[in-house]
Amino acid sequence: MFHLAAGRVGSLAAKRATAALSTSSARMMASHGHEVSTAVDMSKPQYTDSADYPLPDVPYKQVLTDADKSLKQKEKGPWNQLSKEEKLALYRLKFLKTYPEMRHSTPEWKTALGAALFLMGLTGFIVWWQKVYVFPKRPRTFEGDWPEKQLKRMLDMRINPVQGISSKWDYEKGQWK
Amino acid sequence: MSLAKPMMRGMLAKRLRLHLPLAFVVSFSSALAFNLLIAQPRKRAYAEFYKNYDSVKDFNAMREAGIFESVRPIEK
Repeated sequence: MFHLAAGRVGSLAAKRATAALSTSSARMMASHGHEVSTAVDMSKPQYTDSADYPLPDVPYKQVLTDADKSLKQKEKGPWNQLSKEEKLALYRLKFLKTYPEMRHSTPEWKTALGAALFLMGLTGFIVWWQKVYVFPKRPRTFEGDWPEKQLKRMLDMRINPVQGISSKWDYEKGQWK
Repeated sequence: MSLAKPMMRGMLAKRLRLHLPLAFVVSFSSALAFNLLIAQPRKRAYAEFYKNYDSVKDFNAMREAGIFESVRPIEK
């Protein structure tokens, strides 16, 4: 079950892991696949395309045509008698994707980034509404000349005189250095 | 068709050839940078500050500013 969740989902698509449990996308996760009407029997070994699981539990094509069957018979003999096309056909019987195809990037990141930024923008509106209807008044320490008096008091107390705020104030001239 | 035989073993060793020395270099440089840019200047700043520091004068200045509750500004 573990490699099923890891297989074919890519780093951005954590949400797709839940899709792995749904009936339709056991195999065609990269494409927004066609819906399969029959449920996949999860108690049986599954086929997965995963870079870290090179040899899946079952071959991809399990229902073989007669041509496929005769090819599999030929495979039992010496392999240098197989033509290049036959070798490729045998590969595609066993596997859905090659490693480069598996690793191929998708444009999904654009959707992910767009959605994230959009939701951040939406949050901005929510916070604005909160400012109007929810937040209490700001503390009085922000109003009028309170901040200025607060700073003067800090300088009088010699707060952080070595490297901090009081070190930036010229006490002789009464101004910032 | 004849493909080159893919790399079968030694992946970790190959990676470590670069990344292990790199790790040491990065760690040591960051430590060195922190020391030269932050630690040493800070020590110097403190040394400079306290070299000619008159605490009584500083106290009186603070007292004049009226921040203390135990002593009032000096009455003239």
